[in-house]
Amino acid sequence: MPEPLRLQGISASAGYAEGPLFNLDPVLARYDRKATAADERLALETAIGTATGRLAKLIEATEGDAADILEFQLAMLEDDVLTGPAFAAIDSGQPADAAWRQALDAEIAGYETSDQEYFRARAADMRDIRDQVLRALTADSEAAAPAGAIFYGEDIAPTRFLETDWSSGGGIALKAGSAASHVAMLARSRGVPMVVGLGASPADLAGVALLDAEHGGIVLAPSKAEIEAFRLLSSSFAARRNRAETFLARPAATKAGTAVRVQVNIADPSDVDSIDVSTCDGVGLMRTEFLFGKTLPDEETQYRAYRKVLEWAGDKPVTIRTVDAGGDKPVPGFTVEEGNPFLGLRGIRLSLARPEVFRVQIRALLRAAVHGNLKVMFPMIAVSDEYRRAAALFSEEQAALAARGVAQKMPPLGIMVEVPSVAIAPEAFAEVAFFSIGSNDLTQYVMAAARDNASVAHLNSVKHPAVLRLIASVAVFGRAQGIPVSLCGDAGGDPATIPALLEAGLRDLSVVPAQLAMAKAAIADVAI
Amino acid sequence: MSASAEATVLITHEVGLHARPSVKFTKLAKTFSAEVEVALAANGPWFDAKSIVKVMAAKAPKGTVLHIRAKGDGAGEAVGALVELVRRDFDEGVGHARTA
Repeated sequence: MPEPLRLQGISASAGYAEGPLFNLDPVLARYDRKATAADERLALETAIGTATGRLAKLIEATEGDAADILEFQLAMLEDDVLTGPAFAAIDSGQPADAAWRQALDAEIAGYETSDQEYFRARAADMRDIRDQVLRALTADSEAAAPAGAIFYGEDIAPTRFLETDWSSGGGIALKAGSAASHVAMLARSRGVPMVVGLGASPADLAGVALLDAEHGGIVLAPSKAEIEAFRLLSSSFAARRNRAETFLARPAATKAGTAVRVQVNIADPSDVDSIDVSTCDGVGLMRTEFLFGKTLPDEETQYRAYRKVLEWAGDKPVTIRTVDAGGDKPVPGFTVEEGNPFLGLRGIRLSLARPEVFRVQIRALLRAAVHGNLKVMFPMIAVSDEYRRAAALFSEEQAALAARGVAQKMPPLGIMVEVPSVAIAPEAFAEVAFFSIGSNDLTQYVMAAARDNASVAHLNSVKHPAVLRLIASVAVFGRAQGIPVSLCGDAGGDPATIPALLEAGLRDLSVVPAQLAMAKAAIADVAI
Repeated sequence: MSASAEATVLITHEVGLHARPSVKFTKLAKTFSAEVEVALAANGPWFDAKSIVKVMAAKAPKGTVLHIRAKGDGAGEAVGALVELVRRDFDEGVGHARTA
């Protein structure tokens, strides 16, 4: 029996699937070279004809978003601009398969290197087009997946998704992939569980796997106990989801009629593309670490990302957190190597230590603020001096922008409550515009139990009285001083924890979009 | 002397001149025999409006002012029809882009 293997990725479509793994990564058959260039041309023309015919047939059998995706692929395949370079390469002596692959790979690379998530996601459509023609060229037929299979591989083609019968279950687990892809969009609308970004793993995986696309993980070669626990989670999810859907469109309120604000946490501007803004009360946490990937982002890139979300939200608030690098989120060229990174130079400490990087973000935020209802918060604040220094930088940059005649606006500046010093002595922060409790970090610092260490997971509980007492005291202080208090940690979306948070006095929670309906349903069960 | 026409129109569609709108746009452009081009600025670069590969490559997001020009038979009608399509938001209802 192989050892169970747990991989963690990102949920692209919530749900659960248990089934045999089916390897998506294709092994394309060999192409037999033709005698003349004219024969190569004919072979490619025939293959493109086969692929367009297959797409046209598939379009007839589909409707809505799915048909639109296929129409897009068909239009691409019928465009001489796409196919021309391949024929030109054949004329200069290339075999049809290599010519086609090269022409399409050049086009795909253009999409993959785009700085916009939307365009990067279209690369999957272009790969799909490439592979459909390659399969027709080599007369390679796709092996059929067993019913209820979990498709596992680098990425999945939209046509593959559409040709699959999902009525008997199954799911998608991708090593790469994107939550903004056409397939992810289809998976969400059809309720097919899907996880992306699982990363590299042993290639020879087979057998039954458990896909937990609510939390973004997969267990390969599971033990009997894991299978049993998984089935409980899965059936409870199905029951919760059915009930929760009826709550999504309504404002959240408890059984007694107490109104609760429910906002969403987002990690990338494209996250809002799949959220109906009328179902939430705004964005309670927009992370900005996504911008700090391989290189430090310029002001314009940041401004565009912030503006997109502000315009989506309309007059609802969008709370953007300044970059929270360090800890478990290293950024090359920005964060430093440390023996104990969770207690080191991270969050606002790092931003204040690198003001030249921080000022770029501040300018982008001040400029974006004119496009909506922006609030800005600082992570990892421990003493009030950090808040004052950060706020002073905002004032300096605002004055500089105003002097240059650039449109800008000072947003309300608040702080994350995640270092225990703030939760224990909030009176030092009477000047901040708002508090947002980061329950993940607050819990790990209060309990001295890392959140990514399974051996101390039993200690890492937000429901420990010590943590709840701190949350309650911040809520009391906020009410007395007229400072709004919200919570944006994972606990806010956990139906089992929501009653305790409301009892502690919170009336403002921010949850990941996939938990929005469930959180509202859980709130409706609380008697407060 | 052949006819020519030029106009500008603001893209208000949520995803810009991308996937679904670009299919409609290029299909309509192809119904005219005139040579039709689009650009994101008055001084170009100009892209073939009948090629979805080129139109997608223009990367025109929401809020872009699209320049459309045509040369040849029915140039005026071609520009007029394409401007109307963009102005009608590609005949899509509000919120269509985020139904998923």
